[in-house]
Amino acid sequence: MTTTTTPPPGAPEAPPAVPSAMTLLVRGVRANMRQYGMLIALAFLVVLFQIWTDGTLLLPNNVSNLIQQNSYILVLAMGMVIVIIAGHIDLSVGSLVAFVGAMAAVMMVRYDVPWVLALLLSLLIGAVAGAWQGFFIAYVGIPSFIVTLAGMLLFRGATQIVLEGQSLAPFPDGFQNLAKGFIPEMGPYTQYHNPTLVLGLCAVAFLLLREWRDRRRQLAHDLDVLPTGLWAAKCGAITAAVVAFTLTLASFHGVPVVMLIMCGLLIVLGYVMRNAVVGRHVYALGGNKAAAQLSGVKDKRVTLTVFVAMGVLAALAGCVYAARLNAGTPQAGLNFELEAIAASFIGGASMSGGVGTVMGAVIGGLVLGVLNNGMSLVGIGTDYQQVIKGLVLLAAVGFDVWNKRRAAR
Amino acid sequence: MSAPGPLLEMRGITKTFPGVRALSDVTLGVRAGEIHAICGENGAGKSTLMKVLSGVHAHGTYDGEILFDGEPVAFKDIRASEKRGIVIIHQELALIPYLSIAENIFLGNEQTTARGFIDWSGTLRRASELLRRVGLRENPQTPVADLGVGKQQLVEIAKALSKEVRLLILDEPTAALNDEDSATLLDLIVELREQGIASIIISHKLGEIRQIADSVTVLRDGRSIETLPVRERPGAEPELGEDRIIRGMVGRDLDHRFPARTAYEGEQAVALEVSGWTVRHPVDPQRTVVDDVSLTVRRGEIVGIAGLMGAGRTELAMSVFGRSYGSYEAGTVAVNGREVQTKTVPAAVAAGIAYVTEDRKRYGLNLIDNINRNVSLASLAGMTRRGIVDEHHERSVAERYRTSMNIKTPTVFEQVGRLSGGNQQKVVLSKWIHADPQVLILDEPTRGIDVGAKYEIYAVIDALAARGKAVLLISSELPELLGMCDRIYTMAEGRLTAEVTRAEATQEVLMRQMTRRRLTEDWS
Repeated sequence: MTTTTTPPPGAPEAPPAVPSAMTLLVRGVRANMRQYGMLIALAFLVVLFQIWTDGTLLLPNNVSNLIQQNSYILVLAMGMVIVIIAGHIDLSVGSLVAFVGAMAAVMMVRYDVPWVLALLLSLLIGAVAGAWQGFFIAYVGIPSFIVTLAGMLLFRGATQIVLEGQSLAPFPDGFQNLAKGFIPEMGPYTQYHNPTLVLGLCAVAFLLLREWRDRRRQLAHDLDVLPTGLWAAKCGAITAAVVAFTLTLASFHGVPVVMLIMCGLLIVLGYVMRNAVVGRHVYALGGNKAAAQLSGVKDKRVTLTVFVAMGVLAALAGCVYAARLNAGTPQAGLNFELEAIAASFIGGASMSGGVGTVMGAVIGGLVLGVLNNGMSLVGIGTDYQQVIKGLVLLAAVGFDVWNKRRAAR
Repeated sequence: MSAPGPLLEMRGITKTFPGVRALSDVTLGVRAGEIHAICGENGAGKSTLMKVLSGVHAHGTYDGEILFDGEPVAFKDIRASEKRGIVIIHQELALIPYLSIAENIFLGNEQTTARGFIDWSGTLRRASELLRRVGLRENPQTPVADLGVGKQQLVEIAKALSKEVRLLILDEPTAALNDEDSATLLDLIVELREQGIASIIISHKLGEIRQIADSVTVLRDGRSIETLPVRERPGAEPELGEDRIIRGMVGRDLDHRFPARTAYEGEQAVALEVSGWTVRHPVDPQRTVVDDVSLTVRRGEIVGIAGLMGAGRTELAMSVFGRSYGSYEAGTVAVNGREVQTKTVPAAVAAGIAYVTEDRKRYGLNLIDNINRNVSLASLAGMTRRGIVDEHHERSVAERYRTSMNIKTPTVFEQVGRLSGGNQQKVVLSKWIHADPQVLILDEPTRGIDVGAKYEIYAVIDALAARGKAVLLISSELPELLGMCDRIYTMAEGRLTAEVTRAEATQEVLMRQMTRRRLTEDWS
């Protein structure tokens, strides 16, 4: 996954030079404490379970499995963190996952709609559901907690109505591949999965190119940059991480289809939140709504957009989840909203809005995912798993609060 | 009534906040059974002094001593001062809107039965008695939200009476009231004096002070300047003139330094013209907050608006800027001679107007974000290619302002919330300067920042005017207006009361126009 490969946003723009490399590092780390902290925690968890499971955790087939079984939560978390940054919450996504899955099932199983069309229509349903909720939140002014609580009930009920209380199955193979498929093997037989190697190479090239271009542009604008040595070390670390990850995947079936989708989303959403005007406006609204309005931010339109995006992502997660189960079921997506919210907060989002990153939410989701997977592998019961996940959420946010208070002196 | 001895003595009170000395060596004496007024410009230290007295600033956080009934007291919080009968009624009412009058009166002081439950019949009976004492004819079970501001004020006083009040402190009690409610309230304060309850009343309305106070203490720049008797004995005609009070309030040397103002070159084109602007209160449509205001600002000109708190200056500015305050009633805005539509903030910005708020923390900045992004927020559209922000362009803009505005920070990625007030203000100014407006409305641009940073901000304002921008400067500090402006409008109770040129303007002239009551029509 790119999680271990791309450094969190903010790092490429590490503070201006002049002071020593060490101070720079310390400053950069402190500025992104929560994310670095979680990245370290994630690495720690991976090592811990790797040892505890005698190496099972990082076996190529388990890594693939890990990605596939967490994919829908990660997709939801990417949307949820945007909603949270905007200063809202969305409790309805779990029910929306079920509803969209049910609609997809009805279209494909009952009416034989081609799966590609069914997928597109499902995303459209998600957008409409998001717009419906966004309208009440942005234009009518009902708090998002209430609107989406209503949505949670509404979509869950609608799911049961549509499915008449039954599961609908099976789906065409193409649709199932959304969750279970891998990109196909090509070319001569090597020990590894060829297209995966190529993708890995592309990823390395892309990341290094971006680093280089950023650095050149910063120099051209006469801005401070990282010292050359430190920059080279950073590039080396990126390369090593991507290569190791690529080789792991390539020695099994290769890159899962859903991972490709997630990487695409991560890049696009991360970029939009960081670099597009609308992304900036989301941060500004969550940080200080009054100041944003007085700076000319069209707050209602931005809020609506955020909820439409969440709707589409929930729909995508719904399709992936249905594809994984190979059925539309009334109980799909139960508590998914809570997992997504937890992932966002573990990944550094703030309850009061204005803070958080898409990458952070993905890291938060992976922390939960590795915990789930690792604990299951060592045979800890789901009862204890819940307890431990609750404590992790509390500890992550507690650490952040403590850290902030200390910083404020 | 007993012979008027000293009820309260505050001696040598000094209170410092990080970087600011709010009070230095302040002395205040209140006799038993008198109404004692405190007046002074905004920021003179009146509210701080009252917070020291009422224990909001606990004993030990200030220097000096307080004697009540002749004995030294050391209040560690509000409850401690209330126990001695000192009750403060803040400008913003502290009532819970959805609780009843009776519940509000006894909030925190609930009437209970022997078993510790609320004694409802006792609560209602005592509440009714208190309401009678303040002359409020309402059912004590009425929710406070159903009352007007004037009646809510009376409920506050009833609440104070329930605590066996001996010294009542009222902070701008009539600021939000209409004339009738004000009269009722002032009468009540006089009546309480008859019952032996002394009052300290903070007010900007000199007419009111003359009407009810027995003596007045003037504060200026955190010092107590003088205490003057208003009348010989309670009920007598006032002997002290408003001019005398004004002299005490403003009589300071112009020791603030200002940059040499680039001389304004006469008849430039009018950049901003506001005509007949009228705005009503957002909640209470009966109140006209801005009343038929017309003004002009020429290119390259710095025009001031002077007025005391509640005069409607900020409300005028915010409603012109995208109708961000109140409900619009009438009026037009023209920029560079062309009438523009400013119904929304984006429309106002597009028309070339920028508004730098007086409350930078609430309305000006995203405190949890960095300098870089705060500076760019109002002009992101100009930094984008196909909807994508050019981060390098953005950063170089931020760096440019960091240098040119001398924003003291290690990097432009510093969180704005960690900067000092002066540097925060420079960030807000940078944001709006970069939006490149024709007209800048600056609302209290130097509030709460130290002298050095003030000078820098004055220099920036001056440079803006020199570049042909029209600047409308709203300020409570008269020396600032006198030092910076080519022309000054004065405002009182929502209306412009005068237009004064740089040559004519003195603190006394401005203060007289700022304190004029609407009812008197003796325009001078």
